Amino acid sequence: MVKRKGVESSIALADAAAMCNVDAISAYPITPQTHIVEHLSEWVNNGELDAEFIPVESEHSAMSAALGTSAMGARTFTATASQGLALMHEILFIAPAMRLPVVMAVANRALSGPISIWNDHGDIMCERDIGWIQIFAENGQECFDLTPACFKIAEDKRVILPTILNFDGFIVSHMIEPIEYWEQETINNFLPDFEPQIKLDIRNPSTMGAVGVPEIYYEARIAQNEALLNSKSVIKEVFEEVTKITGRPYNLVESYNMEKAEVALFMMGSLTETAMTAVKNLKKRGIEVGIVRPRLWRPYPTEEIIEAIGNIKALGIVDRAMGFGAQSHPVASEVKSTLYSSDKRPVVCEYVIGLGGRDVRIEDIEAMFLELIEAAKSGKSQPVKYIGVRE
Amino acid sequence: MEHFNVFASKLVPGRELFSPGHKACQGCAPALAMRYLLKAAGPNTIIANATGCMEIISSAYPDIAWGVPWIHVAFENAAAVASGIEAGIKVLQRKGKLAPGKINVIAIGGDGGTFDIGLQALSGMLERGHEVLYLCYDNEAYMNTGIQRSSATPMFSSTTTSPAGKKIPGQATGKKDLAGIAAAHNVGYVATACTSYPFDFMAKVKTAFETPGSKLIHIFAPCPTGWRSAPNEIIKLGRLAVQTGIFPLYEYKGGQYHMSMELPFLKPIKSYMKSQGRYRHLSEEQIAMVQENVTARYEWLQKLAAASQEG
Repeated sequence: MVKRKGVESSIALADAAAMCNVDAISAYPITPQTHIVEHLSEWVNNGELDAEFIPVESEHSAMSAALGTSAMGARTFTATASQGLALMHEILFIAPAMRLPVVMAVANRALSGPISIWNDHGDIMCERDIGWIQIFAENGQECFDLTPACFKIAEDKRVILPTILNFDGFIVSHMIEPIEYWEQETINNFLPDFEPQIKLDIRNPSTMGAVGVPEIYYEARIAQNEALLNSKSVIKEVFEEVTKITGRPYNLVESYNMEKAEVALFMMGSLTETAMTAVKNLKKRGIEVGIVRPRLWRPYPTEEIIEAIGNIKALGIVDRAMGFGAQSHPVASEVKSTLYSSDKRPVVCEYVIGLGGRDVRIEDIEAMFLELIEAAKSGKSQPVKYIGVRE
Repeated sequence: MEHFNVFASKLVPGRELFSPGHKACQGCAPALAMRYLLKAAGPNTIIANATGCMEIISSAYPDIAWGVPWIHVAFENAAAVASGIEAGIKVLQRKGKLAPGKINVIAIGGDGGTFDIGLQALSGMLERGHEVLYLCYDNEAYMNTGIQRSSATPMFSSTTTSPAGKKIPGQATGKKDLAGIAAAHNVGYVATACTSYPFDFMAKVKTAFETPGSKLIHIFAPCPTGWRSAPNEIIKLGRLAVQTGIFPLYEYKGGQYHMSMELPFLKPIKSYMKSQGRYRHLSEEQIAMVQENVTARYEWLQKLAAASQEG
């Protein structure tokens, strides 16, 4: 029987990582991620998890040491947020290029400046093209369920790529909610031992990170991109397995009330839980609206997103990050580009919401839905609107 | 003094784990350091190399010079990558996923990658006490990018970012004390070495691996390209650097300092400087000023070593 207990999402995620029998954790403290690695260090120091915990002196070294442990063939985990993720930036590109399947939890947090410890997606949107698989969890339960899934995807012989599990800082990371833990046996059966295809081995010396001369660099980059694009089918397969184990739907892209809806909001992370309440409220008033939520962000699931958007008349694209000086903010830029390659082209309204921990109210989302209905009627797309900002 | 013995060369393995045919300049002493390092460390070795001359000249795919497992991630993080490798070995051997036995983990960085951009990662590694030997090959500037000054560049040395100008005569500051910084982390073993004294260096590598915890060897490795001297002069230049007291050879072990060579007197530094283009602009007064600093520092080290012996 699965156990359900009231627990903070960060603790559940850390427990899931420990239950995956990680060999090595390298970490540096940063809010709001710290509870994860604090809890993992308790596992290690209490002798309940046989792992090396490397308390490094920076996030740059956290990622560098993680590549060292992973290159030895150790199952490796780390976690960070915001400035820490930005400090890792240089090394983040090298992990997938060297095919080192590190798993990293990112408690999404705003970037400086001004400094803010609160949630938005500014940190991860700067890192979206680094070559990692990137998944967004909606709540604490998904944080737990997706942790073994991340290891299984990352270490699959058809994939071998590092993977980021995103979840909203504070809103999810510090939330205590009822979470169903998998049985240890279930995780053991689900997640095979990590068998690296290439490692640093004194009996079979190899070179990792050689210089990419002009004759080889281009091909190496293309091969890496193909590996990332090809990982989508494995991710789908692993998500289906998680669905079977948990009884909870794990699709690459989730749809909510899309069957009847004529307009929808496209959003990621925990925001959809607020939006679902708005959908229910509007339903009571006889207004049918829907939500499209990509759980998988990299590789970008183009076909699944087009399918989820379906034949709706107006789509609101929600960004939780700024793309300074850009034509659109990051998510809107991508989704609009998706629609260009599709023959279904709804009217588009762009929104930025909840930057730096600014509260998002149910009424804000309801107003966005109503605006979308008007846009569908008028057939006119709407430039970006900044929701909840003081003028 | 056994490593200065005439039989020392007979005791060195003939096997080359750093193979010839790499892309180093003529007369490159850092490449000698790599060769001697692996002769001393042997095949049960894993290397994490920082970006820099030795990484570039040895690993242009598919021409790899390394006969041991070798990884390069970036410039400033060799110590952190090596920390991970060491932790990985520990946990995998403990869990029975890796065959037992000693594996030597070495992090390699140049002076730029160690004194400057890699100092934080190095400090972290030393403080956490990973079983890693950090080898800094010091050719006293960023040679790989075209001879820019680093914090290992000696005073008055002319580089491309500390040129001998009409107003400022080259590098304005002296060399950072890397071995002292390492020793201040209370590590078990720190040593200085020079590529002109290969048996001393190899003996120090062996001592390092016999000492538990983190250790650092700072090896002086002349660069004819960057120093504007003749490639066939590098062994002589290394010897002169030691014999003038510019680069004293010593060990720090168990809290004690030991001088590696007894020098009856210090040769004048002018004999070392005169064949190097980077010092060509120096006036007699400037040479005298450097001489004063070198003598004072050497005497200070001698005092440390003498105090260690008195216990």
